[in-house]
Amino acid sequence: MVREITLGQYMPGKSFLHKIDPRTKTVLLIAYIVFIFLCRNFISLLIMSLFSLLVIFMTKISFMKYLKSLRMILFVIILTGFFNIFYGSGEVLWQWQQLKITSGGLINAAFVIVRISMLMMVSSVLTYTTSPTDLTDGLERLMKPLKIFHVKVHEIAMMMTIALRFIPVLLEETDKIMNAQKARGADMESGNLIKRVKSLIPVLIPLFVSAFRRAGDLATAMECRCYNGDKNRTRMKVLHFSIKDLIALLGCLVVFAAVIVGNMYFPAVI
Amino acid sequence: MEEFIKIENVYFSYDESEEGKSFALSGIDLTINRGEFVAVVGHNGCGKSTLAKHLNSLYIPTTGDIFVDGINTKDDDRLFEIRKKVGLVLQNPDNQIVAGIVEEDVAFGCENLGIPSKEIRKRVDNALKAVDMYEYRTHSPDKLSGGQKQRIAIAGIIAMEPECIVLDEPTAMLDPQGREEVMTTITRLNKELGITIVLITHYMEEAVTADRVVMMDGGKVLLSGKPKEVFSKVELLRKHRLNVPQATELIYRLKGCGYDLPGGILNEEECVQALLECMKKRGERSVGIKG
Repeated sequence: MVREITLGQYMPGKSFLHKIDPRTKTVLLIAYIVFIFLCRNFISLLIMSLFSLLVIFMTKISFMKYLKSLRMILFVIILTGFFNIFYGSGEVLWQWQQLKITSGGLINAAFVIVRISMLMMVSSVLTYTTSPTDLTDGLERLMKPLKIFHVKVHEIAMMMTIALRFIPVLLEETDKIMNAQKARGADMESGNLIKRVKSLIPVLIPLFVSAFRRAGDLATAMECRCYNGDKNRTRMKVLHFSIKDLIALLGCLVVFAAVIVGNMYFPAVI
Repeated sequence: MEEFIKIENVYFSYDESEEGKSFALSGIDLTINRGEFVAVVGHNGCGKSTLAKHLNSLYIPTTGDIFVDGINTKDDDRLFEIRKKVGLVLQNPDNQIVAGIVEEDVAFGCENLGIPSKEIRKRVDNALKAVDMYEYRTHSPDKLSGGQKQRIAIAGIIAMEPECIVLDEPTAMLDPQGREEVMTTITRLNKELGITIVLITHYMEEAVTADRVVMMDGGKVLLSGKPKEVFSKVELLRKHRLNVPQATELIYRLKGCGYDLPGGILNEEECVQALLECMKKRGERSVGIKG
């Protein structure tokens, strides 16, 4: 069950999106997030949605994978959507004391649902098409200017690489420990919330012990391979911008410009 | 043969506070020659893993000296030089893979050494081919078997082009197939690339394939010599609760029952051959008596 989590899983491929520089992808994702929240009417939102679907289609990764990533935050989507229904102005459609549903609220809810879903799926595009090392390498380079403020950029990137590497290892370990405890009669599925949380303690303690042991081993292995921070360090894959990055950049600019035009020429609904 | 690692009267204690309390290593003298395949065997707690961690300066002897290609492991300024010469592969393959993609993990050591990227690419490809994992280069290590992961870990060391590889029980967590894959790889690296191998193991069957076997017990070197010599001293090994390969054990027991068999049998084929000859001889004799 724990192994179904798909966040941060790289799927090797040869699509256009796989070949773009991770830095370009990261920056464009941030711009995308800004613009999806800038949409003020259905035309702009439609443009962004169509663009998102096009990007997802271009990764050549099954659409089911993206839906799975949505399932994880389904609860959040439903909850925020639900609360937005009661928030907003406009024609009152239904009222019970202070609580009222308005047309504006319904539109708000629709916008929020579409925005969060698109956000999640397009963020998945980044993690699906970029290898964890490329991703952290890209972030390391992007954050390099922060070094002036004594931010340990390389160390942060290294921690992220290791965290991403060990997520599946630790998940598998959790599964094993849970089975081992179940074999000894541990009951983790019944009882109220407090009882269930308490029953997780015998899983978490061995998991922590093993994680620390693994960390010790990994540190030894890294030392054996002459790891010395980013001092004098080179990379096998040198990142460089190509014509593909320019195409992606221009493509996104056109879409973002279209969103702005859409916002300007059609009445805002939220 | 040229000396590569020289261990001189090394004592080591994990307990730094009180001198002379208990020593994990107590008075080791050992020389490892260039291009040699040495197996270090002994049961748990005999100090063999502690010794392995001394060879690339992870641990520093409490007293005594270790020289790697003439460099004292106490020399802090030349630490990376030593680690470049002597690579260490650990027991659990999962815990020594750093990156989420096979080829990027293999490149890790080279990247730390500051090698230009084109050269790294070449070395990584060669290292992956040497362990027969080239086709998995873009895979994620999670989906590989234990034996494959251990070969990736070995490739990560080979890419740094060491002169010696120390393997600390590399097969202990693997299934029989994985164990064989790793052993084949190690043997090939020794024979074809001439890399010095120090294999720490508790499987006597693996030790048999080495050029030299070093038996350890209680932090001391008990015996050192060719596999045939070491495993022929069955009584001594028994006394120290050490096993011998099954074939050796069988022949030893049969000899104890008065059968005329040669000593120094190490594997199944030799065992079968010896038994056949013995039976032939007995057959001839009994025919002779009848006639």
